[in-house]
Amino acid sequence: MNFVYEKLMGGKAGFTGFVILAVLILLVFPLFLDVFRLNLVGKYLTYAFPAVSLVLLWGYGGILSLGQGIFFGLGGYAMAMFLKLEASSPENTAIQSTPGIPDFMDWNQLTELPWFWIPFESFTFTLIAILVVPAVFAYLIGAAMFKRRVGGVYFAIITQVIAVILTVLIVGQQGFIGGINGITDLRTLHGWDITSDNAKMIFYYICCFLLLAVVVMGRFILTSKFGSLLLAMRDKEDRVRFSGYDVSNFKIFIFCIAAMFSAIGGAMFTLQVGFMSPSFVGIVPSIEMVIFCAVGGRMSLIGAIYGTLLINFGKTTFSESFPQLWLFLMGGLFIAVVMFFPNGLAGIWQSYSHYITGPLARLKSSFSKGPATRGAVKLSEDVG
Amino acid sequence: MSATTDFTLAIEGLTVSFDGFKAVDDLNLYIDKNELHVVIGPNGAGKTTVLDLICGKTKATSGSIKFLNVELTKKSEHEIVRAGVGRKFQTPSIYENLTVLENLEVSYPEGRGIFGSLLFKRTPKVMEKIHEIANEIMLDDALDMPAGLLSHGQKQWLEIGMLLIQDPQLLMLDEPVAGMSVKEREQTAVLLNKISQGRSVLVIEHDMEFVERIAHKVTVLHQGKILAAGDMHKVQHDPKVVEVYLGH
Repeated sequence: MNFVYEKLMGGKAGFTGFVILAVLILLVFPLFLDVFRLNLVGKYLTYAFPAVSLVLLWGYGGILSLGQGIFFGLGGYAMAMFLKLEASSPENTAIQSTPGIPDFMDWNQLTELPWFWIPFESFTFTLIAILVVPAVFAYLIGAAMFKRRVGGVYFAIITQVIAVILTVLIVGQQGFIGGINGITDLRTLHGWDITSDNAKMIFYYICCFLLLAVVVMGRFILTSKFGSLLLAMRDKEDRVRFSGYDVSNFKIFIFCIAAMFSAIGGAMFTLQVGFMSPSFVGIVPSIEMVIFCAVGGRMSLIGAIYGTLLINFGKTTFSESFPQLWLFLMGGLFIAVVMFFPNGLAGIWQSYSHYITGPLARLKSSFSKGPATRGAVKLSEDVG
Repeated sequence: MSATTDFTLAIEGLTVSFDGFKAVDDLNLYIDKNELHVVIGPNGAGKTTVLDLICGKTKATSGSIKFLNVELTKKSEHEIVRAGVGRKFQTPSIYENLTVLENLEVSYPEGRGIFGSLLFKRTPKVMEKIHEIANEIMLDDALDMPAGLLSHGQKQWLEIGMLLIQDPQLLMLDEPVAGMSVKEREQTAVLLNKISQGRSVLVIEHDMEFVERIAHKVTVLHQGKILAAGDMHKVQHDPKVVEVYLGH
């Protein structure tokens, strides 16, 4: 129990923050929002996965990845491929020249399902692939970079380039992976209509639970010696190396973990939004994820989630009325946060929350303790 | 040359050249157990490069570095540390965002793998060792303080403590008293004399008064080569040394 409280929740402050977040997303939102808006929040929450992964990777590890969209996309595409195959049953696609393959393949004169699509007929394989494919890909990038001690700005640029390459690849291969349109028209999961309100509710809750699980796993990593090592590597990489650690392995590992977290978000995105396209893979979404993380607070797992929600609410609200202004506003917000609140929303909360919690705690103690016990407390303080 | 030796560290024919410039040139250096060996020399003599070569930060062009009869030149940095070589950097290299306790805990030689570090537990044994070391480096009262708030001298001690907790057989210190007050220097001299028992210590230092207090043996480097070696008294009166270094 102590292990759960201290290690997974991060002590009292962490536990309180976790409970508030859980109540907000599991109770408050479903109670006060209609299914359409709730589905929208669910979509925002899927962006919180890569934002949380960036807290581990960038906030603590000091490794800025401008390519988390890669892994978000890989997870999302894996899920989309499974759903697309189910939507492309021979009965549904009887009018095509080759029934039984996805529609975009048929338009591109493919007559046979490409080999890499075949395993995605299995849901179990798909679930495994959502985690394993991004992890393997992250491992390859990480091993190639970190073993050669490539880091900092160079690493950020290379991840961004990979995001571009992947986008170009997807766009160029319309016949194999759907091109610029992405994989659309996803309908059912094992025959269950994923566009129904009922399904949307369930996916929303699954998304929330997975996000909370990711936060707990992040907490576990950060409160372990591994977490201290991440901070240590960020500050003084050589000192860690000359303390007997293989620094590159640690970086590769956290990069793989961050990739898997992002991929879970991508898979949940596909389920809730009903399609996946290259516009969630490239530079812009990848940088947006960094902004979500920075605005929320790059040293706070929970802060990153609030940052994601805040920016996306803002985006929806503003871009409905001033679509052209939104990008400038977001850019300005990012610059302002980096300049004035380097620890984001979480930092603001830490600096100013005592104005709220202080009076509340005093109020609470004056209610719960009678004058007599207060005297006793005073006495014991004097003795101590 | 000799296949096995009794020395903790035996450096033979060590050469490293950077684009043709030989920073260290055919160097031979032997360090015994319990010996506190100081390397002095003017700027650019190759002192820090020698430490870089031993700990694997720089790869040797030729020559051998044997530590307890194990060849180090082919090993990677973390393998050399795990073999029992600890190195302190010239500017204090500590983790400023972690507490003193966490600095020592991170340096504790267990849980060095990924899963080992995830499952590492702060057991009473670990805490006992941390307190023992913190006591030795005079930081027992500062365990919960962020290391960034320590004074410059305390940071130097903390880094020495982070090495001591790994119980290395060879401890290499690059200018350990740079920037310290007179009192801190004295305390450091006592500390170094104490920790050289049971292991070998290799120190790079400029402060002659300090060298005199701690050195068992002194090697003078000049342009990557050994100019003189022996005890402090002998080295101080060597005419070549006087000419290139001490006289200035």
